[in-house]
Amino acid sequence: MTMEKLIELKSVAAPLMEDAIDTDVIFPARFLLLLERDGLGRYAFNERRGGSEPFILDQPPYDKAQILVTGETFGTGSSREQAVWALADLGIRCVIARSFGEIFYSNCFKNGVLPIRLRGDEMAHIETAAEAGEEITIDLPAQEIRVADTTIAFDLDANRKRALMAGLDEICTILSDDADAIAAYEKRRASETPWLVLAPEQFGQIKTEEDAA
Amino acid sequence: MSPRTLYQKIWDRHVVTDYGNDEALLYVDRHLVQEVSSPQAFATIEKQGRKVRRPEAHVAVADHAVPTKRDGRRFADELAQAQVDRLKQNAKRHDITYLPMEGDRHGIVHVIGPELGFTLPGSVLVCGDSHTSTHGAFGCIAFGIGASECATVFAAQSLRQRRQKTMRVNLEGGLPDGVTVKDVILALIAKIGTGGGVGYAIEYAGSTVRGLSMESRMTLCNMSIEAGSRVGMVAPDEKTIAYLKDRPLAPKAELWDAAVADWMSLRSDEDAVFDHEITFDTSALVPQVSWGTTPEHTLPIDGVVPDPADIRDDGKREKMHRTLDYMGLTPGTRLSAIAVDTVFIGSCTNGRIEDLRAAAKVLAGRKAAPGIRAIAVPGSATVKAIAEAEGLDRVFREAGFEWRDAGCSMCVGMNDDRLSKGERSASTSNRNFEGRQGIGGRTHLMSPQMAAAAALAGHITDVRKYL
Ligand code: SF4
Repeated sequence: MTMEKLIELKSVAAPLMEDAIDTDVIFPARFLLLLERDGLGRYAFNERRGGSEPFILDQPPYDKAQILVTGETFGTGSSREQAVWALADLGIRCVIARSFGEIFYSNCFKNGVLPIRLRGDEMAHIETAAEAGEEITIDLPAQEIRVADTTIAFDLDANRKRALMAGLDEICTILSDDADAIAAYEKRRASETPWLVLAPEQFGQIKTEEDAA
Repeated sequence: MSPRTLYQKIWDRHVVTDYGNDEALLYVDRHLVQEVSSPQAFATIEKQGRKVRRPEAHVAVADHAVPTKRDGRRFADELAQAQVDRLKQNAKRHDITYLPMEGDRHGIVHVIGPELGFTLPGSVLVCGDSHTSTHGAFGCIAFGIGASECATVFAAQSLRQRRQKTMRVNLEGGLPDGVTVKDVILALIAKIGTGGGVGYAIEYAGSTVRGLSMESRMTLCNMSIEAGSRVGMVAPDEKTIAYLKDRPLAPKAELWDAAVADWMSLRSDEDAVFDHEITFDTSALVPQVSWGTTPEHTLPIDGVVPDPADIRDDGKREKMHRTLDYMGLTPGTRLSAIAVDTVFIGSCTNGRIEDLRAAAKVLAGRKAAPGIRAIAVPGSATVKAIAEAEGLDRVFREAGFEWRDAGCSMCVGMNDDRLSKGERSASTSNRNFEGRQGIGGRTHLMSPQMAAAAALAGHITDVRKYL
C-alpha cells in the first residue's frame, strides 16, 4: 500500500494569517457523520466560505495553491483526521505554520502532507511571499524552502521524511520491519505485566445484548 | 539507572523497537473505538486484507452521534444512524466487543473506559479522540490518535511514536469552596496558553492533586489537550486502586494483588528531572469562565470582557475583534452580566457522578430562570443509574432541566443537541471553538456548579452566592 509521494512542490502559498485555527474550523463537526475519506474538500472551512468576501482558498491564484501558510497552533483541538483529508482533497500538500496541534501534525504524515514549522524572520519572509502570490518551492530531499533568491532550511524527522518521499504506508512498514519484535514483546508482556493481558473470557462480564432497535 | 519520570517509566516498558532519537515503536495495550474516527480505519485494514491483531484489546461504543433522547426507534438523523450501524457491523465482523446504546454499559468512551476497568495504571491506551488524555488520571500513557493510526493499532497493536518532553505541574494549596478542578484547569490554560503544553506529557502532582477524587483527576487530565498536551497523567495511589477494585475488566485475585504492588510503585523518581516544571497555587482561586473561542480565553468570574484596544499586536487585535464579534460581546461587559439561553451539564469533562452531584446541590429546591433551556446528560448509563438511585434526576427535573440518556450530546455539534446561530450556552464541556456546539453557537465553559448557577440566574454568575 502506498500514498502519493512527495518530493518537490512548486506553488503559490495561500496566506491564512490567523492563530489557533482549530480542527472544528477546518472541518466542522457535523460533517464528521460522513463515512468517507475522499471528496471532503468541499466541507473544509465550511463556515468561513460562502460569505461576502471569498475565502482565501477560493480566490485566484490561491485556489490552485498546494501550500498553506498560517499562524500558531494550526490544527489544534479535535483529533479528526478529516481536517487533513479535506485539506489534501483541496490540493494542499504542505502546511507552513508557526506551530501545530500535535495530532494534526502527525496526521499530516499519514496522508502525504508535509507540515513545516518556521518562526521569526524566516516565517515572516514566507508570509510576505505568500501574500505577494510568489511561487514557493518546497524541496523535500534537501529540506529547503526556496522563494526568489532566498533559501530556508526546515527540520524534519528522518523516518517521516523517508515515508513521505517514498509514499510508504505506515502499517506496511511496521508489519514488514517489526512483526517479530511485536510478537516477542507480547510474550514478554504476558510474563512481566500479565494483568495487562485481557483474556477474551473477561468480556463475559459485560453484557453485550443486541440493540433493542 | 538514572532517575526517571512516571511517563518515561511507562514509555520504557512499552518499547517494542527503539529507532533511536527518542523514536520507538510503542506497544498499545488498550484501544477504545468510537463511531467517528473508526469507519475509515476499519476500511483501511479491510482494503489491505488485514485482520485485527488482538480483538480483545479493543472496546467499541457509539457516543458522538447518538441522540440523548432515545425511544428505541431509528434516529431522526439518517447519517448518524448509518454511522452507528457501521460501528456495530465493523465490531461484529472483527470480533470486537461492542457496547450497545441500550445496554447498561453504554456511555462516552472516556467515561466507560475507567468504569469497566479497561483503563489501567501502567498501560498505554489510545483512542481516535483527542480527549483520550482523560485516562492518564489512572497513571497510564493515554493519548488521542488520528484515524490512520487507529488502523495501525488494529493491524499492528503498536504505533510509531516520538517520546514527549515532560512537564510537571504542581498544584498546591487545595481548593476553596465553590471552586473545582475545572476552574483549576481553565485557569492553567489561560496562564500557559493553548500552545503551552505542545510537545509535553504533563504530570500533575502536588497537594491539590492528591486531594482530588478520581473523577476530578479525570477532568484535569481530560483538558490537558486544551493546553496542547496529548498526555496528562497522575501517579496512581490508594484512590486509584479503590476506584478500580472489582471493575469488570480489572484483574482479579492474585493477578490483582500483583498489579496493585506494581501500580503503587509507579511514580516519578524523587530526583527525576522534568524538562519543564511549574507550580500553581490553587488555594485562592475563584471560579473561572471562558469568554472567547479558545479555552485560553478564560477569566475569573469577577472579570470583564477584554478590550481589543488594549492589544498592541495588529494581528492579535484583529483576531480579538473577530472573536468578540462571533461571541456577540462588548468590551468591558462584566462576565456576570452575560445572559445565556442554554445550559449544558455533561460531556467527558464533567458528565461523571461527582459533577452531577455538585450541580444538583446548587439546584436543589430551586428553579431555572424562565426561558432557559437546560439539559443534564450523564456521561454513561452507569452514571445515570447511580444518579437516579440518589434521586438526582428528580432534582434536575424539578429545577427545570431535561434529564437525558448518555452521550456526547451538546459537547459536539454532530447529534440532535446543538446550539442554533447566536444562541449562548453555559457549558461544562471542554471546547468553546467557533461552531463547536452548532453553527454560530456561543459557548462559555465553566464548572458544573457554575453552569447550574447560570441556569438559576439566567446569566453567568458566581456560584459562591448559591452555596
Ligand atoms: S464528550 Fe465531547 S470531548 Fe468528550 S468525547 Fe464526546 S465529543 Fe469528544
